[in-house]
Amino acid sequence: MSDKHAKHKSKYTADRLIPGAFEGETVTRRRFMTGTAHTAGAIAAGAFALPALGFALGPIFKSTPHHWETVGKESDFNEDNYVPVTFTLTAGIGEAGKTTAYVRKFNPKIDTDPSDKDSKYIAISSRCAHLGCPVRWVDAAERFICPCHGGVYDLLGKRVGGPPVRPLDRFYTRVEGEFVQLGPRFSVNSELKRFSPRDPGEPLDGVGQYLYPSRPSAQKL
Amino acid sequence: MPKLPKLPAPPLPAALQAPPPRPREGNGKGGPLEDAKEAGISVVDWVDERTSLSGAGRWLLFRKVPKGTNWFYTLGSATMFAFLSQAVTGVFLAMYYRPDPSGGAYESIRHVTNEVFLGQFVRGMHKWGSSVMVILIFLHMGRTFFFGAYKYPRELNWVIGVVLLILTMVMSFTGYLLPFDQRAYWATIVGVNINGTGPLIGPYLSDFLRGGGEFGATTLSRFYAIHMLLIPGLLAALIGFHLYLVAKLGTTAPPWSKAEERPELREDVV
Repeated sequence: MSDKHAKHKSKYTADRLIPGAFEGETVTRRRFMTGTAHTAGAIAAGAFALPALGFALGPIFKSTPHHWETVGKESDFNEDNYVPVTFTLTAGIGEAGKTTAYVRKFNPKIDTDPSDKDSKYIAISSRCAHLGCPVRWVDAAERFICPCHGGVYDLLGKRVGGPPVRPLDRFYTRVEGEFVQLGPRFSVNSELKRFSPRDPGEPLDGVGQYLYPSRPSAQKL
Repeated sequence: MPKLPKLPAPPLPAALQAPPPRPREGNGKGGPLEDAKEAGISVVDWVDERTSLSGAGRWLLFRKVPKGTNWFYTLGSATMFAFLSQAVTGVFLAMYYRPDPSGGAYESIRHVTNEVFLGQFVRGMHKWGSSVMVILIFLHMGRTFFFGAYKYPRELNWVIGVVLLILTMVMSFTGYLLPFDQRAYWATIVGVNINGTGPLIGPYLSDFLRGGGEFGATTLSRFYAIHMLLIPGLLAALIGFHLYLVAKLGTTAPPWSKAEERPELREDVV
């Protein structure tokens, strides 16, 4: 009994009395054939599954170059109130690729935040920081109000009510000749500290910026 | 454990038990009707001889069901027929639909609704049928839960059912964008951003759904492919497995039905 057991435990096929075994051979031909067939099958399946998966997941890792969009002349804007401008964010899909921003001239009395010092214009994105519906500037209330779930923001885009988790996003601005241009979007936390653009619903205070990391797909300056 | 007596074989319906009438027997008049019957039987026989499918059909259809089986037990098949209705109407809607975000998608849906013969009806079946399917699937789930039909040995069927529920919700979500009107567009923006609120992987999931950082040209075709190619195949396969397990394990008796007094089946007597 113990002798037979010992024979089966040997790693050499010759010791196991397998017919046609070679000297020093440890893998039986049956095991070798099975392994080869499985490996060949896995390679064949991987050959179409992996490229297809990469194809579907590719856009997550693709970085998008940013561009500047002219939204009007310098004389179109003032220090005291927002002017809505519509421009193309994503080319090639017509109306669906357009977005709205609210633009006004930099006003040292309101824009006291040091990071805004260099910008001549303030451009606030209409995309609600709750779930992305378009907010509207209501002049009488001096508030941005979202029609979907009741998010309310003040003149600087800071949240004053409702479910949004951070202030409204902004766009980089620059002046080319007499024209005002908007660049890529950026997000701000509740102290108006700037972050690379995040999607709506992603908080940036505390650990938020790590739980919702910046992604390669977002247009950055 | 003592041996239980063998249960009798499931009875065949009377129609199948009677031997088939032999053609051209007795007075010799067969007639065209008799010939047509004979031809039909020959075709079925030919297929059955080569596939043995009739056994599988009997196994699937002529099952014993417990006493007290009632209308609540039809909710599962009702959900399946809602799915079949969605599949059929969806295939025909795909003959007219164009997943073109720069106006073609909306225009093709407008064309189906306003100009195609019965287009409004077929599109309405698909649109309202999706709500019907979601309602039925929840009623079916409620029946299974309240009748305790998810317990051993049917846990795996419950798990498959939950996957089917999730896939049905994915179908509803991806199908909602396809008309590409204002409601579809903003509902999808909100839905994708809800996905994005999941920590760490949420933002990447949003990128996957949109096919990039912003809602773009690929978003609609991505949703279209998921809606009409990826999920329907998975749904059909899982519904098949779900049904197989129902046929294999049988249905449960309603919780209020009492066990029949069968002295020969009692362990202490045998």
